Amino acid sequence: MELGVGLPNTLAGATSDLMLSWARQAEAGPFASVGVFDRLLYHSFDPLIALAAAAGATTRIQLATMIVIGPLRNDALLAKQAASLDALSGGRLTLGLAIGARRDDYAAAGVEYAARGRRLDEQLAALRAYWEDERFGPRPAQPGRPPILVGGLNDSAFARAARAADGYVHGGGPPKAFAGAAAKARAAWVDAGRTGRPKLWGQGYYALGDEADAAAGRAYLLDYYSFTGPFAERIAAGLLTTPQAIVQFARGYAEAGCDHLILFPTVARFDQLERLAEVVG
Amino acid sequence: MTSVNILGGGPGGLYAALLLKKAHPAWEIAVLERNPAGATYGWGVVFSDQTLAAFREADYRTFTEITESFVTWEAIDIFVRDQLARCEGHRFAGLARRRLLNILQRRCADLDVALRFETEVGDLAALRQADLVIAADGGNSKTRAAYAEHFQPRLAEGRTRFIWFGTNRLFDSFTFIFRENQHGLFTVHAYPFDGGTGTFIAECADETWRRAGLDQADEAASLSYCESLFADHLRGRKLMSNYSRWLRFTTVRNERWSHENVVLLGDAAHTAHFSIGSGTKLAMEDAIALAQACEQHDLIGAALKQYELARKPKVEALQRAAADSQDYFEHVARYRGFEPIQFAFHLLTRSGRISYDNLRQRDPHFVSTVDRWFAEAGTFERSNVATFERFLAPPAMWTPLVLRGALLPNRVVLAARPPYTAEHGAITHSYADQLVRRAHGGAGLVLTEPVAVSASGRITPGCAGIYCPEHIDAWAHVVAAIHAQTPAIVALQLSHAGRRGATRPRTYGVDIPLREGTWALIAPSGVPYSSRNQTPRAMECADMEHICDLFAQAAHMADQAGFDMLMLNMAHGYLLGSFLSPLTNVREDDYGRSPERRMRLPLEVFDAVRAAWPTQKSIVVAINASDWARAGADISDAIGVAQALKAHGCDMIAVYAGQTTTRSRPIYDPGELAQYSDMVRNEGGLPTLATGYLTTSDQVNTLIAGGRADLCIIHPSDLFEH
Repeated sequence: MELGVGLPNTLAGATSDLMLSWARQAEAGPFASVGVFDRLLYHSFDPLIALAAAAGATTRIQLATMIVIGPLRNDALLAKQAASLDALSGGRLTLGLAIGARRDDYAAAGVEYAARGRRLDEQLAALRAYWEDERFGPRPAQPGRPPILVGGLNDSAFARAARAADGYVHGGGPPKAFAGAAAKARAAWVDAGRTGRPKLWGQGYYALGDEADAAAGRAYLLDYYSFTGPFAERIAAGLLTTPQAIVQFARGYAEAGCDHLILFPTVARFDQLERLAEVVG
Repeated sequence: MTSVNILGGGPGGLYAALLLKKAHPAWEIAVLERNPAGATYGWGVVFSDQTLAAFREADYRTFTEITESFVTWEAIDIFVRDQLARCEGHRFAGLARRRLLNILQRRCADLDVALRFETEVGDLAALRQADLVIAADGGNSKTRAAYAEHFQPRLAEGRTRFIWFGTNRLFDSFTFIFRENQHGLFTVHAYPFDGGTGTFIAECADETWRRAGLDQADEAASLSYCESLFADHLRGRKLMSNYSRWLRFTTVRNERWSHENVVLLGDAAHTAHFSIGSGTKLAMEDAIALAQACEQHDLIGAALKQYELARKPKVEALQRAAADSQDYFEHVARYRGFEPIQFAFHLLTRSGRISYDNLRQRDPHFVSTVDRWFAEAGTFERSNVATFERFLAPPAMWTPLVLRGALLPNRVVLAARPPYTAEHGAITHSYADQLVRRAHGGAGLVLTEPVAVSASGRITPGCAGIYCPEHIDAWAHVVAAIHAQTPAIVALQLSHAGRRGATRPRTYGVDIPLREGTWALIAPSGVPYSSRNQTPRAMECADMEHICDLFAQAAHMADQAGFDMLMLNMAHGYLLGSFLSPLTNVREDDYGRSPERRMRLPLEVFDAVRAAWPTQKSIVVAINASDWARAGADISDAIGVAQALKAHGCDMIAVYAGQTTTRSRPIYDPGELAQYSDMVRNEGGLPTLATGYLTTSDQVNTLIAGGRADLCIIHPSDLFEH
């Protein structure tokens, strides 16, 4: 299992300096990738632009969207941006896509919420079509296209991943929840007659330091996920706040068949990256 | 000071009252109950170990009194056709509902909870002046109805009729009795609850109930009907009624459990079918969760949210199991031909919560009896009665199966996953070697991927085919090597892609059209698989004949290659499957418009293949149990197809679902396709092969021993990885 670290692109107080130094240090540290989240009506950097900035500050580390809310974006522009990012970064992009669950973001983008599943199906086909179009460039640097992962928790999401992507990206939770989703992702893969096996990516949240850091991390999660109602409390309760918890979490994901786990910070301070590097290094 | 009004003085309401009062002695808590203090409806209540541990934590005093009142038992007795199957090791504890209420009422009184009996809930608005209102007013909750637009309740009525009696016949177990008379099949659920009395629930199908005249019968007549029908089991003892009447079970679900300061608890919030006996248990667990939430949060609103968050997922999981159990009892007539021991095993594993391995832990003797019976008599034909001469037998999965002239050494099927590397339909040497290697894995049957009957019937240019002489040689090599090196038998899956053809190898995705080197597609109707796929040509009569010829020719070649079995693919929206579905077959001629006519070409193909294929070799047909799509074919259509195929000589049905169109909504729970397999097998009346991503021997044993399937595809990569 590869291990990556999230960029603080949705954390209040994440400055340009912090984003770039974070990316550089992640590449120097024991991390295989940097990941980003996507929100519109929130204080956050755009995921693809954040990854482009990280790409410019680094040379080797993989760049992953965990995820981009695909239906919010125009198909051709998303194809252009993803291909450009992959080409400019020398083929380092993994494009995670999902429908998200934020009605306010759909309203802000002027996209119909109810049809978002079908929109993403259509978009996955459209991305491939643009990347193969003679008139379209640049070509993604990776052969064929950047790896595409699909996220989401209902069975349609697993079918979508198996029909049109290279794997499945899980939205977070304890290793047992990941294992359950992984079993469904594999079932969908076999059912669709795909070759090999799906790439399986996972994610978790951490805050390392003292009690105040843990409290700040939980407060961020409660705010970020406030749209889920009471479920936010459960997400906040799952915050990894000790080295022991992180080690066990990563081990649980590896045992469940995860190929790539990205741990996301919840406190926008550089020492969070250093502390994590120390734990997983 | 905080004030709480609890509407309803059942176990849930009383338990919530005492737990809240214990934690917050200053709170003013009142319980309002419509009935007098001593009145109660219903007889006994049942608890499990897990619930008892929670009671012990929550209130030790009532826990002690409750457990001192218990009768406990460990056996489940299942009587079917007057034969008994007994399974031990299930821990149950029960007590009289009246006794439970009495314990809880006294504890409430000791704690200064105000108990107001014979009090109707009149003015909800006035009661809501309190800080918190707990609606524990039962399955017909008036509070829930008053705020229906907030709670959004969904009520679902069951199909059967049931009636709840008491009895002074002492049952020493949880007893199920299945008895058929001239009116139909009756089921009894009976269990003890105190030293002298038991609960006795009788249940039957609606038609049976009417045929027996029970729709016209009053309480006394209903009681006497049941007493005489089950006289031998009652052994001269009586049934007792207590406002007993025939009901349909209503499952209650609510989108939300709280509205402002009003919260639902117990049956008002949710019900679960009595066959898993959990209403009181759930209500009291609700009370514990609500009391805990009130300790964690000072704000009532936050506490109610926390309560709902904690309880709803658990209750919904139990409701799913209860729905499976309810569904089983509603369709139990499907299994009336089962031998009692298999009937019992099937019943015990009905809700998916208890498997073969679980039962082996609880009662090794019972499972060993199942194994011994299965090894002797576990064939599809039910006339075989075991003599139990065997005293040792393997688990069902490892028993052999005879299909016409072939002996399958066990019930496990290895389904090949294609690499899409064939050229002009010919498989590569490395793929052939890989198939032979995998045949060493222990499966009794090796099944190929869909193999095309013609070049234009391929899904992708990399798909294997069997339509020219070179193909025979390539497959013959594989079959001969597997036969020489393993005891497995080998089946070829014949397929024509129809409108799902001319796509790219499934390395990067599925149903992606070819950019170059494409070919023309045919289908029942001229509708493409998706907007990006090629529009197929609607088939004409000459095409129909040609397709029959292609399949027959492929069957002939398969025989030459030495295959032991054939599987015809009529599933997943490929050519023959797309004839069967109303979503993909919109023909106006004799090949469309009705289920029978949609079957016409698939049956003609079957007949052509049957004629070309040696009599001593069997044919499996893969069909969709459901299109998993609105207005698509469903399980009742599939059972019709299975029965028609059986009449034409089909030996077995492989049960798949979905993929008919891109709008199919798949379900990746292994239990889903297993349930379809059970229905096709036991309503369609022919053996089945279960699919659906099974990964463990426990799953396979549960399906095979339970008579839900005769063979199972298993996916060994995961079996070995985890």
